[in-house]
Amino acid sequence: MEQEPKDVCVFVESDGAAIADVSLELLSKAQTLAAELGGEVGAYLLGAEVEALTGQLFAHGCKRVYLAEDPALARYTTLPYAEALTRAIRRHRPAVLLFGATTLGRDLAPRVASALKVGLTADCTDLKIGPHRDAAGGKEYPALLYQIRPAFGGNIIATIVNPETRPQMATVREGVMKMGAPDPTLTGQIIRVDGAVPEELMCVELVEKFLAEKGVDLKKANVIVSGGAGVGSKENFALIRKLADALGAEVGASRAAVDAGFIEKAHQVGQTGTTVRPKLYIACGISGAVQHRAGMQESSKIIAINSDPEAPIFGIAHYGIVGDLNEVIPTLIDVYKEHGR
Amino acid sequence: MTLEIIVCVKQVPDTENLSGEAMKEDGTVNRSALPAIVNPEDLNALEMAVQIKEAHGARVTALSMGPPRAAEALRECLYRGADRAILVTDRRTAASDTLATSYVLSRAVRKAGLADLVLCGRQAIDGDTAQIGPQLAEKLGLPQFTYVEEIRKIDGHSLEVKRSLDGGYEVLRGPLPALLTVTSSANQPRPPSAKRLMRYKKALAPCECPGEASEDALLGLRARGLLIDQWDADDIEADISACGGSGSPTRVKKIESVKLQSEGQKQVEPSREGLGALVEELSKEHIFD
Ligand SMILES: Cc1cc2nc3c(=O)[nH]c(=O)nc-3n(C[C@H](O)[C@H](O)[C@H](O)COP(=O)(O)OP(=O)(O)OC[C@H]3O[C@@H](n4cnc5c(N)ncnc54)[C@H](O)[C@@H]3O)c2cc1C
Ligand SMILES: Nc1ncnc2c1ncn2[C@@H]1O[C@H](COP(=O)(O)O)[C@@H](O)[C@H]1O
Repeated sequence: MEQEPKDVCVFVESDGAAIADVSLELLSKAQTLAAELGGEVGAYLLGAEVEALTGQLFAHGCKRVYLAEDPALARYTTLPYAEALTRAIRRHRPAVLLFGATTLGRDLAPRVASALKVGLTADCTDLKIGPHRDAAGGKEYPALLYQIRPAFGGNIIATIVNPETRPQMATVREGVMKMGAPDPTLTGQIIRVDGAVPEELMCVELVEKFLAEKGVDLKKANVIVSGGAGVGSKENFALIRKLADALGAEVGASRAAVDAGFIEKAHQVGQTGTTVRPKLYIACGISGAVQHRAGMQESSKIIAINSDPEAPIFGIAHYGIVGDLNEVIPTLIDVYKEHGR
Repeated sequence: MTLEIIVCVKQVPDTENLSGEAMKEDGTVNRSALPAIVNPEDLNALEMAVQIKEAHGARVTALSMGPPRAAEALRECLYRGADRAILVTDRRTAASDTLATSYVLSRAVRKAGLADLVLCGRQAIDGDTAQIGPQLAEKLGLPQFTYVEEIRKIDGHSLEVKRSLDGGYEVLRGPLPALLTVTSSANQPRPPSAKRLMRYKKALAPCECPGEASEDALLGLRARGLLIDQWDADDIEADISACGGSGSPTRVKKIESVKLQSEGQKQVEPSREGLGALVEELSKEHIFD
């Protein structure tokens, strides 16, 4: 019988020069999962000349890098990447394979899962290892990957398992796993795999590409001050910025505030925005709909300022301030400045 | 040029306002208890197809897999410009995950005849997986273009699309046939046309015909272009072991409704004193450092 695979692998997303944060976040999580499964952490790295990136992967706890290098893989296109990755996985089938739930990850992972005929869970927000008993056949599985994700517009949390197929594949939302500190003394093994791609799969060409400068970095912020529909107007959103400036914080927003044109979409926190976990999250004039909470409820401390004592945001806030934000925020700024002196 | 376009549409529960009670014990959806709509981004895909038809000439087929009730979603597509509708319905395909669903859809697309374009919505609002498009493309052996916002050019052999990326976009050129997944920013779906509504509200799938629909009645519907084709797993020559629960590697282990986790909330008075104490407390915990 074939041995049960135990390794936990991460598909490494890179632009050839730098590794995406989400891949490093996943390597940290992979270490925990691999320890529980009794396996090792691996990574699939594809590109034209990307061997130089392996050091960073080792420093983040990866023990084995499956490296596929070919000019055809210089930049991401679906078919060549799917082909090279599928082939590599067939040779070294891991127990678990994780992708960032980025546009790239969600383009690539389902194509690969379909080719391998294995299960795939989208956009997970948590991963665990645990036992499972098949409801129909009663078969017992001592250690499966629990793939935990919101569904139905964030109204429910589902735990999905793939009992029989390997690898157990999942895409994982950016920012939800914590990136560990790199240890440059760590090393590992490079295993070269075939990166060659048949000519007919190179049928899609890039005509033009545009990436906006990343102005806002909500994920790295220690403190976030977020405004919602309750802020009332675009002009009044200046109040949110003032508080953020005073605290040295980044500015966030609810979707209602973005939709109303108070602030750009890049600031949106939540299920369809950015997932954040700052040390402090101050929600001002935000009701706390599930879709918003999904992106901020893991903040270490949450302050809610809302005039409605029944607002759901108070249900997850550590500090609730019932009041008009137009009065509370200026006072808070004052008090904070005084405290600093 | 007449392009053959297939648009995959899913009937979904309207997830804007629902609770955990809409879920059954086994983790599947209690669809009958919920208002059903056409998945919003599938309407964007349909609109894209109809715009291609208007600009270049095309035949647009709407394809849905689901319970008999999904015929409603297909009529909605006919009102909005689809020329033909196909319902794949079979108990043996129920409880399919994305792998099994994409398999069944791939069999149906093959039976429907070679399409130049297969369009899907970016994702369905019930599962939010966005997996069917790429999985269907893989099974059909087609190149895929996901997150498409615009078709810049299209002729009988190739196309150029603009697709959105995290924080930007890219323009890609590739061959036809191809599969695209379409985002909500692609267009504004047109409302049903009154004329088409009058015509197609009489469209029926055999499973909706009262009693045992006679051959003649079905032929009559077909002659008037009002028959929604209905296929089961045998019609599309699907391998039953790859359909439904047996073809689905994933299992829903547990479903929880989202609860508020109010653990020790402190009420802070909105006064100088109250806020001062709060700032003091947070500073001690080095929150602002
Ligand atoms: C599929 C889907 C995805 C979504 N994704 C997201 C997402 O990523 N992020 C997101 O945020 N939302 C998302 N939403 C929308 C979400 O459901 C809510 O509509 C949204 O979060 C509400 O924003 P809000 O709290 O700012 O506005 P509202 O719900 O209108 O709340 C405004 C609040 O301000 C308070 N208020 C009013 N005036 C004052 C005042 N003077 N002082 C203090 N408080 C005041 C009110 O009491 C109220 O609680 C999504 C929805 C769907 C269906
Ligand atoms: N049962 C179905 N019938 C037809 N099309 C579907 C079905 N399920 C999913 N799709 C298509 O696949 C897209 C993505 O769905 P999902 O992967 O479930 O998010 C949808 O927007 C539809 O275009």
